[in-house]
Amino acid sequence: MAEPRIRILIAKPGLDGHDRGAKVVARALRDAGFEVIYTGLHQTPEMIVSAAIQEDVDAIGLSILSGAHNVLFPRVMELLRERRADDIVVFGGGIIPEDDIPGLRAAGIRQIFTPGTSLAEVVRWVRENVRPRGVAA
Amino acid sequence: MSITRDRIEELREARRHWEQTTLRRTLERQPERPWRFTTISDMPIERLYGPEDIADIDPLDDIGLPGEYPYTRGIHATMYRGRLWTMRQFAGFGTAEDTNERFHYLLRQGQTGLSVAFDMPTLMGYDSDHPRSLGEVGREGVAIDTLADMDVLFDGIPLAEVSTSMTINAPAAVLYAMYVALADQRGVPRSRLRGTIQNDCLKEFIAQKEWIVPPRPSMKLAIDTFEFSVRETPQWNPISISGYHIREAGATAVQELAFTLADGIAYVQGGIDRGLDVDTFAPRLSFFFDVHNDFFEEIAKLRAARRMWARIMRERFGAQNPRSWMLRTHCQTAGVSLTAQQPLNNVVRTAIQALAAILGGAQSLHTNSLDETYALPTEEAVTVALRTQQILAYESGVANTVDPLGGSYFVEALTDRMEEEAWRYIRRIDELGGMVNAIELAYPMREIAEASYHYQQQIERKEKIIVGVNEFVSDQPQPIPILKIDPEVERRQVYRVQRIRAERDNAKVQACLAELRRTAESGGNTMYPIVEAVKAYATLGEICDVFRAVWGEYREQAVI
Repeated sequence: MAEPRIRILIAKPGLDGHDRGAKVVARALRDAGFEVIYTGLHQTPEMIVSAAIQEDVDAIGLSILSGAHNVLFPRVMELLRERRADDIVVFGGGIIPEDDIPGLRAAGIRQIFTPGTSLAEVVRWVRENVRPRGVAA
Repeated sequence: MSITRDRIEELREARRHWEQTTLRRTLERQPERPWRFTTISDMPIERLYGPEDIADIDPLDDIGLPGEYPYTRGIHATMYRGRLWTMRQFAGFGTAEDTNERFHYLLRQGQTGLSVAFDMPTLMGYDSDHPRSLGEVGREGVAIDTLADMDVLFDGIPLAEVSTSMTINAPAAVLYAMYVALADQRGVPRSRLRGTIQNDCLKEFIAQKEWIVPPRPSMKLAIDTFEFSVRETPQWNPISISGYHIREAGATAVQELAFTLADGIAYVQGGIDRGLDVDTFAPRLSFFFDVHNDFFEEIAKLRAARRMWARIMRERFGAQNPRSWMLRTHCQTAGVSLTAQQPLNNVVRTAIQALAAILGGAQSLHTNSLDETYALPTEEAVTVALRTQQILAYESGVANTVDPLGGSYFVEALTDRMEEEAWRYIRRIDELGGMVNAIELAYPMREIAEASYHYQQQIERKEKIIVGVNEFVSDQPQPIPILKIDPEVERRQVYRVQRIRAERDNAKVQACLAELRRTAESGGNTMYPIVEAVKAYATLGEICDVFRAVWGEYREQAVI
């Protein structure tokens, strides 16, 4: 039986309108064969978590530039736990200083891609780390 | 150029001969590098340019003299020999107090104009205590909720002497009203206010994406500020038509040039449709371009922009005043070109880009700081960025003569090519019924998304090299200090706006907001009631809520 296609939500939390990175990553993941859903801009953590659950995704990729990641990324994780959907793999990227990464990982964000990451690296990481939910590893 | 046709033929013949002899021998001995020679925007570049490549460019009609139509060589006859460009570093973070302190620091370091960066909630028209502002207050710029914040922001700064640029778009009318109200409070005549509000809603829909209401009412608000500005603040620039964000969102240089001028066309048409005489407001339109890594492409872009705008204003709109024909521009080095890897290299990139802006004839310049792929700049990093401009201005000698690259076979040919390709886009936008229609069809957004994906793929395939990122990579980290914004800033700002709401005359605020709503609904100029509302300490969010109530909130059609 063919393995079900992995579904990924690419989301832009917060108010910044810099969607170049999110869109380029979304396209690269789609070209690599994943199913990609893009939220569009200016999403609250609540909107992102609802969309993820509704769309039954296996992973969420968060992209942010505004410096609000330390508040908004952990908030997404908290809401996923509250709604018992914390088996969704969450990764992130954007303008994120190295110093902030340990805190974000501690909050449950599995990987942070900093500026200059190649699309191939993101695709490889998703292939290696995201499995369809509800399927035994 | 001024060479006769016969001489051009001789040159062409000489070139053919050279290709068959000298060039051929060289290529046999040493082939060229296996590299696609293109600009960063993927425009092909020839091996050599000569007089025959610019034979169709008229030295008088197309290039002309500086300070004269079509201004290809610059808008002033003496350019930087008369006055250097304005060194205007963009600054804003934390609270109004924090930013005010940075302003005073920059002015002491020799900066010659102020430029305010606002935080995301301010750009989106939300107060600091709005649920959507969570985590964003004071982070990417300064938080401004009310006139009280504005007063602190400009504490000790003489409004009649310093020119102030404000990077604000969707709520530009409100921040502009606050600046005017502050001048009124301090007894500074409105006629002496000098500065710029970015106020370019069209590029927000295309690229930067900090919007409030849909494109058409956004245009109406912009034209309200034009009209108010013509009457009340004649030295003020009510808009800075911006290519910067279009480029940063992934556009090519040609797309940046074309979409920016097409936006300009839409604003001029908007002013004329309002009944304004084009020559009353066109001289106060200003521009803002990005300056990326490809040195000659950027110089050509700026020269082409001036020539095209002059032609648009004179030929398309029939403007009579030469000041209406001049494209005055601020430039900023390309933030998107900076790398988090080996950040010290960013100083070099910025210096090259700044040189291109100067050789391209900019009126004002912001140089990015080396740490901006991580956060807003530290004081040390912004000082190096400012010193870069000062070294160019005072040590390099590039400001000694006007348009030193004018007449370069390559630069003139490239200027011409940029112009030709940009006209093609502008014609397409005209066919779609103008820029507002084109935006509603998401046309420029799709073009930019395509270009940015293409560029990223070129980087992946190493067809474009980025030092320290896909080549010359180093394992040695190069740690640099990063400016941290204390989360306490948000709490303090939330407290401040709530205190103001509690202490002000709320009945008066409600009356002002009701008056604004009536004006907006009836189609009148909203600037006058906005000035009254900000004087009563209505908040930015409350005023923008009136816009949302009357015109609806904009929702994008998200495309990948």
